[in-house]
Amino acid sequence: MTSYPLVEHRADVVVVGAGGAGLRATLGLAEAGLETACITKVFPTRSHTVAAQGGISAALGNMGDDDWRYHFYDTVKGSDWLGDQDAIAYMCREAPAAVIELEHYGLPFSRTEDGRIYQRPFGGMTTHYGKGIAQRTCAAADRTGHAMLHTLYQQSLRHRAKFFIEYFAIDLIMEDGACRGVLALDMASGTLHRFLGQATILATGGYGRAYFSCTSAHTCTGDGGGMVLRAGLPLADMEFVQFHPTGIYGAGCLITEGVRGEGGILRNAGGERFMERYAPNAKDLASRDVVSRAMTIEIREGRGVGPQKDHLYLHLEHLGAEVIAKRLPGIAETAMIFANVDVTRAPIPVQPTVHYNMGGIPANVNGEALTRSDGSERLVPGLMAVGEAACVSVHGANRLGSNSLLDLVVFGRAAAAHCARTLRPGAKLPEPKVSALEPLLERFDAIRHASGARPAATLRDEMQRAMQRDAAVFRTGETLVEGCAVLGRCRDAFRDLRITDRSLVFNTDLVEALELDNLLGQSLATIHSARNRTESRGAHAREDFPARDDANWMKHTLAWVDPAGAVRFDYRPVQLETHGADVERIPPQVRAY
Amino acid sequence: MAQFRLPVNSRYSDQPGRHHAAPAEAARPRQFRIYRYDPDSPAPPRIDSFDLDLDRCGPMVLDALIKIKNEVDSTLTFRRSCREGICGSCAMNVDGVNTLACTQPIAAIKGEVRIFPLPHLPVVKDLVPDLNEFYQQYAAVEPWLQAEVAPPAAGERRQSPSDQEKIDRPSACILCACCSTACPSYWWNSDRFLGPAALLAAYRWIVDTRDGAKSSRLAKLDEAFRLYRCHTIMNCTEACPKDLNPARAIADIKRRIAEGEG
Repeated sequence: MTSYPLVEHRADVVVVGAGGAGLRATLGLAEAGLETACITKVFPTRSHTVAAQGGISAALGNMGDDDWRYHFYDTVKGSDWLGDQDAIAYMCREAPAAVIELEHYGLPFSRTEDGRIYQRPFGGMTTHYGKGIAQRTCAAADRTGHAMLHTLYQQSLRHRAKFFIEYFAIDLIMEDGACRGVLALDMASGTLHRFLGQATILATGGYGRAYFSCTSAHTCTGDGGGMVLRAGLPLADMEFVQFHPTGIYGAGCLITEGVRGEGGILRNAGGERFMERYAPNAKDLASRDVVSRAMTIEIREGRGVGPQKDHLYLHLEHLGAEVIAKRLPGIAETAMIFANVDVTRAPIPVQPTVHYNMGGIPANVNGEALTRSDGSERLVPGLMAVGEAACVSVHGANRLGSNSLLDLVVFGRAAAAHCARTLRPGAKLPEPKVSALEPLLERFDAIRHASGARPAATLRDEMQRAMQRDAAVFRTGETLVEGCAVLGRCRDAFRDLRITDRSLVFNTDLVEALELDNLLGQSLATIHSARNRTESRGAHAREDFPARDDANWMKHTLAWVDPAGAVRFDYRPVQLETHGADVERIPPQVRAY
Repeated sequence: MAQFRLPVNSRYSDQPGRHHAAPAEAARPRQFRIYRYDPDSPAPPRIDSFDLDLDRCGPMVLDALIKIKNEVDSTLTFRRSCREGICGSCAMNVDGVNTLACTQPIAAIKGEVRIFPLPHLPVVKDLVPDLNEFYQQYAAVEPWLQAEVAPPAAGERRQSPSDQEKIDRPSACILCACCSTACPSYWWNSDRFLGPAALLAAYRWIVDTRDGAKSSRLAKLDEAFRLYRCHTIMNCTEACPKDLNPARAIADIKRRIAEGEG
């Protein structure tokens, strides 16, 4: 093995990832006087939070009656009763303060006539426990994620937070079951760095690129989840993958649900507003899983549009050029560039597209990572997770639109506050044993020098196509078994990997191989968890088990994936109590929109 | 006459680089000529050519780059992320124009497609420029809210829709650096001239009714190089892939200073 000199860094807290959650945690930590090192594989404002469009939910009541308890009810129902109600109550109660804080940071929100934050309707968001339509989603036109990410980065600059930009986190440094930090690659120089901290916060986002067609950025490879699996820790609820109803046909680029919030309508080949049949009350603003299934059925039953009848139309011409220019300018631009459509005159061709991972690193409301061993649950000392990388679980089996930006700031903030409460600035860090690092360097070296027959690109393509085909909107036991087999073969084939670029400076051939390894672990966890869960709930729709089965399956899946690709399961109970959060729990009900 | 010094690795070899022919069955071949620089090699940068079949390639320049990396030469190095024009990663010089590879249709380019890194920056590798100075200039304008009065105890700071409109477009900058690296004045004086991207960021806060530091922001810019190296060439506005207008913002900053707002 090549010998790699390591550059040393010691901090109170190491944050991996600089999207919404990572930045909110980083600036909170810097504000609290904790020495923080934020490692990010892209410049912070290039993180995928930047692509969020529609907005961030909070019961501000700026545009009509609202209450955080309604938001709580909607989120529990949206989660199909897999969300933990204490965590959901916490998030929804904190939401107004979290959004106001962003405004105080200078976020350029759109405004109402009286100067308040503009709010729009969004899928599944109601008032009075499902009776009215809420206007709860706070928006900066249709680039709310961009506005939020830039604002958080600006605040991080203000607090002189320390960033390590274009550093790729390779693996967690684990010792005696505790996390001591991470091993990372400085892409610009090709040097390896050891970051040690009292706590390590993973804010590495989702792994949408496990699929062939997704709204996610190329960089959404769930590196935190991959590292956690290699550390012998579990991931939770990985079978729950959200398909956004309106990805642009072919290109996969996101068209915000805010289009339907502003009055946009889905129609099939016959021009029918088909959502009226599937969700008589909420119609086009039903939950995303509901709309994506309805669209899939329309296409399957021959009512799709286009030469292959394999997509549908999203109409917004009737909104008028003025509303489009004011509220949805980015959509107009994206539709023109990627679908050659002038949205003031013609509909956008759309199809359900992979968008979000409800599953992730199991964590509590403080962001502390969890695992189970010998039948009992325990914290993983030194390890935390926030944002899409984590599974708290506030989204359960299906996330509501505009709840993800909220998740990022609420739990990024909570994680920083927890560190401020529990860590002593400058506390001495124990020196990890050499044995904690050796296997990590060996793995890195092996991938760097991989000289087999399979380029990462072809292997990735095989994995993505299998996931697209077999872990889709609708799933059946048969295709899931097939998918497990294909992904198992992909896992084996990774040993036959070939890297062509042997350099160390900005070696993206190498980085893509490391990302592929992370994707493979999470794909295996996803498809095995999907095969294992013999019920339908939220985004997980089994054609062979079409009903929700609360008696057997109202529980979180925990999946461990060993190096050979074998998957093992355990479970966590769903938290149905709100634990004195000033709101009554919502007992399981039939979920209809 | 002043010497106009090119950053290292700007000059490439006259010798043709590697040529990768299209598959024999290619129905619609198109040549992509791409700047290559390998920092580990003593050889000067070169231009490699790749012939692709456009019938088997996505519509955008980024699709072609990804196809080359996946199928022809995995050592080709470039930044990319969102592939929908909002993250600003894949800014480069395509057909002589700074733009985002992900939103630049191949069909809009006639003949061979020439792809270079953003001009006049040090090159790390292939199409990856070193943007550190650019980011420092952004930070130098202190691009965060500096309010004079504390926010209300409850609720948001109020801002009228017409006041919000003043910051709406300027705050939509994606920091891709297309504008600054299109500016001849920036090429010459990037060590002291802040460049259009950083000045647009400064302007975004100067016109934000919630910000209380307008005077000090203007005063800090009122300097021969930081601001006044802008000679209204307008390349910045021409180059912006988001249709923003940094040139106008800079003109407005100059006007405010001239009128004594600083």
